[in-house]
Amino acid sequence: MLRYSIIGAAVVALFVVLLAIGDNYLLRLATTVAMYVALASAWNIVGGFTGYPSFATAAFFGLGAYACGVAQTYGVPLILAWILAGAVTALFASGLGLAILHLRGHYFAIGSLVVADVLREITNSWTSLTGGGMGMNLPLIGGSTGSQAQFYLLAMVALAGLSLLAAVLIDNSKLGVALRCIEQNEDAAQVIGVDTRRAKVAAFTVSSLLVGVAGGIYASWVSYIDPIDVYDVSLSVKPIIMALLGGVGTIAGPVLGAFGFLALEELIWRNSLEFHAGILGLFVVVLVVFLPGGLRSLQGRNIWQLATAAFTKRWA
Amino acid sequence: MLLLQVLTNGLALGGLYACIAVGFSLVWGVLNVINILHGSMIVLGGYLAFFAHQYFGINPFLFAPFAGAVLFVIGFAIQRLAINPVMGRPVLITLVLTFGINLFFDNAMLAAFNADYRKVIIDPPLGVFEIGSVLLPVDRLYATLLGLALVGALWLLLRGTQLGRAIVAVRMDRDAAALMGIDVRLTYAVAFALGAFMAGAAGALLSGIFPISPVSSGSYLGKAFVICVLGGLGSIPGVVAGGFALGVIESFGALAFGPEHALTISFGLLLVLLILRPQGLLGVKGFN
Repeated sequence: MLRYSIIGAAVVALFVVLLAIGDNYLLRLATTVAMYVALASAWNIVGGFTGYPSFATAAFFGLGAYACGVAQTYGVPLILAWILAGAVTALFASGLGLAILHLRGHYFAIGSLVVADVLREITNSWTSLTGGGMGMNLPLIGGSTGSQAQFYLLAMVALAGLSLLAAVLIDNSKLGVALRCIEQNEDAAQVIGVDTRRAKVAAFTVSSLLVGVAGGIYASWVSYIDPIDVYDVSLSVKPIIMALLGGVGTIAGPVLGAFGFLALEELIWRNSLEFHAGILGLFVVVLVVFLPGGLRSLQGRNIWQLATAAFTKRWA
Repeated sequence: MLLLQVLTNGLALGGLYACIAVGFSLVWGVLNVINILHGSMIVLGGYLAFFAHQYFGINPFLFAPFAGAVLFVIGFAIQRLAINPVMGRPVLITLVLTFGINLFFDNAMLAAFNADYRKVIIDPPLGVFEIGSVLLPVDRLYATLLGLALVGALWLLLRGTQLGRAIVAVRMDRDAAALMGIDVRLTYAVAFALGAFMAGAAGALLSGIFPISPVSSGSYLGKAFVICVLGGLGSIPGVVAGGFALGVIESFGALAFGPEHALTISFGLLLVLLILRPQGLLGVKGFN
């Protein structure tokens, strides 16, 4: 618990300093990192605790974004629209979970991966509601650029905190134990009396709720969404990379991974506009091949030792 | 008559679709890896055929085995360097890894070829068969027959050669195969390279009919998903059935809902199938 408190205190301090400085670039970075923390922690509930390789984050994110956008065009007030975004996404995810969570391994991965594509095409075709491929403009909240940026940072940090809280609460609850059992051996979990179906759907729903709200806040923050942007497959993969980076299945891992990933992303974007996706791809390969336990496997060893160890293991 | 034409359109793509998916199915079945890279390999095969046609005037249909050979080498190298270290790890790891390689690959192709759609213009045009009032473009017929021929060749290779039996054996039980003296690592690499070969060849065949662009890799990958789930994993006849089924379904789906919904229909179908019959229509254990 001490470690969480220290990390929490550090994040809050950072956040207060940021609000005080109010530099727009830093505010944008901070909002993004808060969003990443929320997405990675939410993914971790399904992908880490339960061990189900979900690639549905983009689907939930996009659905949340559009639910918020549509609600706002019908005059629903901002914060209510975010809650609605979460509710719509959670409802969708519970149905989806009932349908696909009996699949395991590769089939579940593919099933969850194509959901975003289906939703994107539906969004694209339902022009009357969503504006189709033209995208959708969301109403601005008014006020100066700086105060808007601060407002969205506040919202995103609150969501990140909520995601962490959800992760900690689940981890320390009966549900958390059930999820860990499923992760280790689902058949055995069933035998000892865990209602695996209920536990999995619950985890999937909570996770999607957080992602849906993140999509909603993102939509109002950028004030323009289009299907290609909010259902992008990279939204499904980035949280996984963050969790892998920091340590899958832990509470702090996704948080550290989110910070690490953002730093890396900024670095790559800054140095190579043309080839940033390619460099990110190479980074993923290096991460997965050489640091299977994330940054934590670096403890006490330097990168060179790890690389040589990985090579000798491979060629031996 | 319209329905007959629509059916013909669908069937005329079936063999090509089987060729698109068979490499993906082989890699999934034998290595237990979902190869996100598959779509990009198809696109690269298409570009190789495009350039071979542009600079040397080689017919893309005839070029297919050569495009496949180039991809075989690339695939072998990728498996040895990047995928071999994570063999046996959970799907999350292997899928994220191939996704990463795919990001790199896609970006490299975008930088090298840019996103414009390009089309091989076969001169003189191959024309159209008329059977009664049903029209069948000759280029599609060639592509689908050649696609089927390549799939058939792979089937023969897996059935009748020592290499093929080794691949099937590793797929069934890798430990037992190792005990029988099979080099499992080499077999994995060759199976992955064969998957890449089929992708490259399929890309060359595609380039004879459709325009190519790096941005279409995702849709080829999606087709491979659907065909594998439709036909079931682990059998080449299943892939062929899945390929023809997808061709016909897409064709009728386009008639009923408009061609822009082809992907939605096939992915919707994929989800329904996964829910109801995850082993596919003809799924079996082992790889035959």
